[in-house]
Amino acid sequence: MTGPSSAALTAAALLAAAVATVALGVYGGRLSRTTSDFLVASRTVGPRWNAAAISGEYLSAASFLGVAGLVAKYGADALWYPVGFTAGYLGLLMFVAAPLRRSGAYTVPDFTEFRLGSPRLRTATMLFVVVICVLYLVPQYQGAGLTLNTLLGLPFWIGPVAVATIVIANVVGGGMRSITFVQAFQYWLKLTAIAIPALTLLALFLADRPTLGGPMPPTVNARTTVAIETDAVVQVDEPHGITVSGTLDGRAVRDALIDSPGLHTLGAGTTITLAAGAATPVVAGAPSTGEEWIGSGGGLGGAHPLYQVLSVVIATFLGTMGLPHVLVRFYTNPDGRAARRTALAVIALLSVFYAFPTLMGAFARLYVPQLLITGTADAAVLLMPQAALAGPTGQLLAALAAAGAIAAFLATSSGLLVSVAGALATDVLRGRVRDFRMAALIGGLLPLPLALAASTLELSRNVGLVFAVAASTLCPLLVLGIWWRGLTAVGAVCGLLTGGIVSGAAAALTLGGGIDDDLLGGWPAVVAGYPAAFSVPLAFVTMIVASRLTRRSIPADTARVFARMHLPERLGMSVERLPGD
Amino acid sequence: MRTRVEVQEQTEVGDALVRGLVRAQLGLALRLAAVVASAVIAILMSGRLFPALITTSVFGVRLNWLVLAVLSYPLLYDVARLYVRLAEQGERDFVRVVDEEP
Repeated sequence: MTGPSSAALTAAALLAAAVATVALGVYGGRLSRTTSDFLVASRTVGPRWNAAAISGEYLSAASFLGVAGLVAKYGADALWYPVGFTAGYLGLLMFVAAPLRRSGAYTVPDFTEFRLGSPRLRTATMLFVVVICVLYLVPQYQGAGLTLNTLLGLPFWIGPVAVATIVIANVVGGGMRSITFVQAFQYWLKLTAIAIPALTLLALFLADRPTLGGPMPPTVNARTTVAIETDAVVQVDEPHGITVSGTLDGRAVRDALIDSPGLHTLGAGTTITLAAGAATPVVAGAPSTGEEWIGSGGGLGGAHPLYQVLSVVIATFLGTMGLPHVLVRFYTNPDGRAARRTALAVIALLSVFYAFPTLMGAFARLYVPQLLITGTADAAVLLMPQAALAGPTGQLLAALAAAGAIAAFLATSSGLLVSVAGALATDVLRGRVRDFRMAALIGGLLPLPLALAASTLELSRNVGLVFAVAASTLCPLLVLGIWWRGLTAVGAVCGLLTGGIVSGAAAALTLGGGIDDDLLGGWPAVVAGYPAAFSVPLAFVTMIVASRLTRRSIPADTARVFARMHLPERLGMSVERLPGD
Repeated sequence: MRTRVEVQEQTEVGDALVRGLVRAQLGLALRLAAVVASAVIAILMSGRLFPALITTSVFGVRLNWLVLAVLSYPLLYDVARLYVRLAEQGERDFVRVVDEEP
């Protein structure tokens, strides 16, 4: 795919990003001694550092690669993903940040015990924290595999194994203290790595002003050959200039022309060749012409577009409130006021960042339209610089984008791993530093087999499902726990289980690829693919109803707990919790 | 300082004060959330109700892209900043009431 010199350049950039990560981790973690250092960096991280660290941690493979891929494929409606990923922090700011910090808890399970005093609820919450984090680690590991495979032609498994090794080493070494530094650095690295290529392409775009919203599908500029790795159904609008070798619509063919416009099936192992100027076929379900792509209301593939968008909005707006690795960073703030200011700064940092993947996604239709054939548009950010710019400029920008991508996997994975390790170490093991390290090792290895086995690779969509699970479990638990005195432990457990089972089953069905799109007007497939619109209200209602039915078990100290969560620190009510207290 | 002690010791008066603070902060958050939710629904619906709106271009960018990819971010930030300001003000007022001699 790329020449030897550019492969060397890319490998050097990847290595540099990885080495910088480990070096900063060692530097930041050199003072890590106590359990509090490992869990919450001894609560000394100010809003600026913390906001950069949260953004660095949050901008995962799904944001760095996936957003551009979705925008390239689905156009206007995909813009809701980055908006939702940002708006999640508004929800977190308004409903969770300050009271959660003032509770003095050190993990999400610890918060639930503080609030409702039930060890059983604490265990249930711990399980959901571990499940959400492990599910979220899977697409990070996959993204690493995709990147190394696309850029260097390495076997898929090397990426996941490399990321797992680096992250486990960092977290075992210094816990929260060491990753705070690393993640803050990685935000700025990711921003640079996507902003410079995006702005360069923008200059190129403004120089020759090609049209993006025209009536035709995107066209390739030069003769292009694409290998189809799994069976694909594509929409062909303009068959002229397309030749196929392999299996076309079930027949074995060699250098055959596609005879008619419409849907065609390409078998695994087929190669498709586009002559210069030929219109690109587009994976079935995605808009093919520029006009459809640029308009709103087309949805994200499949039936019932308005429902899909609504469900994505609910999952992303509310899911951030239930992401354990984000929540745990708010415990590192010195007080509730700093927690609020951190969330505000995160919104600013994310707003700046998401401008660039959006641009890259729009340009992908111009410069790498062949990615739309297979639908694996996640590689767009990595491949575009070289497709658009010949020579060393393109090579340098591609290497930069690769470094940013690897930073994305490393930052998010470290944050997730600290959360898993924190929950496992304090709730399953005995909460010593040695336990934390042990838990980090286990938590880092768990997602490896899943990442290697899972079939679907659309990063943002996979992450969207994790957001749906988070929005249906930890989000109602925290929001009701913080604002409603009537919540009981039984109600919380019922709501967690209902939301978790419903959204989890939907995610499993979708990732397993199980539901026929044509069944019952497409509703089963679309509801399983975008479960948040019904699983989130269901979880809230279950939690409220079950709590009302068990209202006699409302803890006696609820008034004191509320005072601690909501009163400003100046009134001297807050107490910091630590494992073993 | 007597009121402060009431709050800290969770007397009936103190608890009522805490309830008032919680209600005020929640009300603020819900009102601003309603603003954002209405904006989201307006954007989702505008394309269906007024198709002409979508094909309008401003500075060479389609209106639907301009709204979602550009304008929505400053809106989110402004709502967030407003929330932080009002929430902190609410807390300051609360502390002043609590520390006042009755």
